Amino acid sequence: MSLQCHHDRGTPARTSTQHVTLSIDGVPVTVPAGTSVMHAAAEAGIDIPKLCATEQLESFGSCRLCVVQVKNRRGYPASCTTLVEEGMEVTTENDALFRLRRGVMELYISDHPLDCLTCSANGNCELQDQAGRVGLREVRYADGQNHLQETTDTSNPYFAYDPSKCIVCSRCVRACSDIQGTYALTTTERGFDSRIAAAGGEDFMSSECVSCGACVAACPTAALMEKSVIEMGQPQRSVTTTCAYCGVGCSLNAEMQGEKVIRMVPDLNGGANHGHACVKGRFAWGYATHADRITTPMIRSSIREPWREVSWEEAIAHTASELRRLQEKYGAESIGSITSSRCSNEETYLVQKLTRAAFGVNNVDTCARVCHSPTGYGLKQTLGESAGTQDFDSVMQADVIMVIGANPTDGHPVFGSRMKQRLRQGAKLIVADPRAIDLVDTPHVRATHHLKLLPGTNVALINALAHVVVTEGLVDEDFVVDRCEAEAFNKWRTFIADPRHSPEATASVTGVPADEVRAAARLYATGGNAAIYYGLGVTEHSQGSTMVMGIANLAMATGNIGRPGVGVNPLRGQNNVQGSCDMGSFPHELPGYRHVSDVATRELFESVWGVPLSDEPGLRIPNMFDAAIAGSFKGLYVQGEDIAQSDPNTGHVTHALESLECLVVQDLFLNETAKFAHVFLPGASFLEKDGTFTNAERRISRIRKVMRPLATYADWEVTQMLSNALGYPMHYSHPSEIMDEIARLTPTFHDVSYAKLDRLGSVQWPCNAEHPDGTPTMHVTEFVRGKGRFMLTEYVATEERVNRRFPLLLTTGRILSQYNVGAQTRRTANNVWHPEDILELHPVDAEDRGIRDGDWVGVQSRAGETVLRARISERMQPGVVYTTFHWPGSGANVVTTENSDWATNCPEYKVTAVQLSRVEQPSTWQKQFAQFSEEQMKLLKQEPAGAPV
Amino acid sequence: MNIEHLIHMANQIGAYFEAEPDRAVASAGVADHLARFWEKRMRQSLYAYLDSAQDSTLAPLVSEALTRHRERILGKRQ
Repeated sequence: MSLQCHHDRGTPARTSTQHVTLSIDGVPVTVPAGTSVMHAAAEAGIDIPKLCATEQLESFGSCRLCVVQVKNRRGYPASCTTLVEEGMEVTTENDALFRLRRGVMELYISDHPLDCLTCSANGNCELQDQAGRVGLREVRYADGQNHLQETTDTSNPYFAYDPSKCIVCSRCVRACSDIQGTYALTTTERGFDSRIAAAGGEDFMSSECVSCGACVAACPTAALMEKSVIEMGQPQRSVTTTCAYCGVGCSLNAEMQGEKVIRMVPDLNGGANHGHACVKGRFAWGYATHADRITTPMIRSSIREPWREVSWEEAIAHTASELRRLQEKYGAESIGSITSSRCSNEETYLVQKLTRAAFGVNNVDTCARVCHSPTGYGLKQTLGESAGTQDFDSVMQADVIMVIGANPTDGHPVFGSRMKQRLRQGAKLIVADPRAIDLVDTPHVRATHHLKLLPGTNVALINALAHVVVTEGLVDEDFVVDRCEAEAFNKWRTFIADPRHSPEATASVTGVPADEVRAAARLYATGGNAAIYYGLGVTEHSQGSTMVMGIANLAMATGNIGRPGVGVNPLRGQNNVQGSCDMGSFPHELPGYRHVSDVATRELFESVWGVPLSDEPGLRIPNMFDAAIAGSFKGLYVQGEDIAQSDPNTGHVTHALESLECLVVQDLFLNETAKFAHVFLPGASFLEKDGTFTNAERRISRIRKVMRPLATYADWEVTQMLSNALGYPMHYSHPSEIMDEIARLTPTFHDVSYAKLDRLGSVQWPCNAEHPDGTPTMHVTEFVRGKGRFMLTEYVATEERVNRRFPLLLTTGRILSQYNVGAQTRRTANNVWHPEDILELHPVDAEDRGIRDGDWVGVQSRAGETVLRARISERMQPGVVYTTFHWPGSGANVVTTENSDWATNCPEYKVTAVQLSRVEQPSTWQKQFAQFSEEQMKLLKQEPAGAPV
Repeated sequence: MNIEHLIHMANQIGAYFEAEPDRAVASAGVADHLARFWEKRMRQSLYAYLDSAQDSTLAPLVSEALTRHRERILGKRQ
């Protein structure tokens, strides 16, 4: 149970065009056909006692507490499983029902420890509430056989399972199957011996459980309980906020004791998550108060010197002085900024404003550069807006789901669960991925087509799919005529119909059999509502932008745009990567994706900001690195990013960072980038500030301050202080004022305000006079650009090719329990699932090299070498290996190269030619890294020479 | 700025626009992309190379775009 004030009606609401009127305790009630009596009663304000029923799950009818009587019907049916009928007369309270319910409850309590005063659920227990509800006053069977001595399973780091408190209501089992879709829990044995068990292991930790916590939330007793509640007691207050992990943007309730978080509970009203969460959002928030947090500003003149703790005033004054010194010495364009996709919209907006208005340059970029910048480019070119077309709920109306280069169950787990719900209902699945991701074959879900292409051949595959659509007469001609530019379409039709794009011609490139491609294309084009979901396996290629345009072409050609159930849906990586892009973090665009060269836009911002703005595009992150090494870029302000770990070719990145005269890092921790910094400004976690995040479906949601900033200031306040010190005044007293300015200046945000967000919970942009309550589905009657534009998408092979020296292709990604560079999750118990980055390889490649499971393997590329532990896996195809980049010492990005997308410079993380060999020790880079890190940690603790006592 | 890297990036842009059958449109596409997305130092470095190189490794379409649209690429944005 949570603190959320939610009237649980016991069974899910139904929608129907037919309505039924019945009488419950003499009260007439009209509800949609298919509604349960329990739900109808709740609608009439009559709460029938229940234990196994909850609105989050389909009814089960096991507890028998919800029995009712129906006129002219025998017996006492369970109201949760009995559907309403026209004219039905229901009685929910009488002497017979009272006795029955009390008898049922007495039996439950006879096998339940009567330790309510010391129980972790005390004060927040459904069993306790229902015992009171039915008037239980004595238990006559206390001496009988029971389960009270059973051992508690404490193997999971975040929750415990105490079988002595389990009433076998099966809510946890159903939550695991129906909501999460993992099917890790089951009910073993029968009758009195019935127990809940985690499948595939002796205990929860060794089972198939993915620790999403849905079972804990569903449990009506203390059988499944958060360890934090067991240790600290029940929370006293609840504040609705937004998860700071992936781009799903789950709405969470931070349940608090004072300023201490006791637990995170997914918000049942959350538009993105509808009451579900994952192991990161629900449990992995401990990093926010981790001992590694740095809460005092620090400065130093070189990275070989100890840090000196200073006051905020001195740190800000020093930073401003250094940045101005660099501009005077090397020119205005010698400095720039990187905004954070983990910070709020308001903070991101301020950093780009600082850069443009106070620095006077457009050298501002964001980590979307290395993930979804091709999405911004490709969708803008074709559809006219740099964002996905749907809301997440749209997937429930999809008949065909095509997942390209994404792994939703790991990368976007809450949406992955929703997608699996739809797939279990019968939607068809096409997966295009070099690996057999979990979706390909998971309980009750199996992909109709797994297009197991070779890394780097996406465009050849999407062209082949489009070729089939065009040459087999599967184009939605009416849609194309009505909605798309005729000239561009005709040019594209001729281009794509060329035999060089046929599945037969491209099979040798992609590795995907032609008949499989043809079948997938036919299914996509003719299977009903077809929706494409894609991730970094699309964008992080030398043709990332081309591939995004190819996806948009395919959706337009088949008419799969502009209504629920279809669309082009980028699954954004970080919590606010959509928002950081919306807020003008790119060096060529002001907020709202308007080019800096656009005179009217620039004049608008100049009139409000009060300074002239540059019309020249600035440096992108990789360009900043090159300019730093070349000597013309000297100062960088990095808010909440760890480019030294996340960006490709680590050697090149650290060379660039060492070339800077002033690197300012604002972060929670001394991350890998901060080890090269001259100024460290402590950051604030999402729990310590107000603001908004925008998720992958353009949903703007509030984050709310639940504790004071550990380092005194929220990040937006730090940026504001820096701006003031630089002589450009900012005087915001609250982030809501920043949002008000964003709304004034950005047409797609014109009607966004904190008052509206508080009223609606969240809103999807565009939110303006035309769409005052937001826009779940875009491009409904016309594209944002007017007519949809088909773009030519010639396949151009990457220059990162295999040869005799580097015969394998490395592709990188993420896993469920860790997040991005791991700065947050590595400081939580999530490490029990992923304590190190692993190299996955196919048995054939392992055998060829004499590599056994668990061996240390040297991974050599043209960029560098690192060493990882091997895991031999049939998920890989021969010739392709895989790893993650969550641990800095793994050096995954020592190996990746600077090869990048032609349009946006998004790095080609997904394709690196490598060789493997068994080794006995870490790589040279890893040894140097360990030594450098050790030195930097010493410099963190060491008092500088001559420091004041 | 590392000129080899810039040439490589410019040639990638050229490779994308090679699909365009109308050469003038392709050339203008390359120019527009450079003007809208490349920082001034990068564009200037590319021209410095173009103007001085004996054996340019720029793709023909890129060279053509740089030559034909010099003012667009180096001048004020539109």
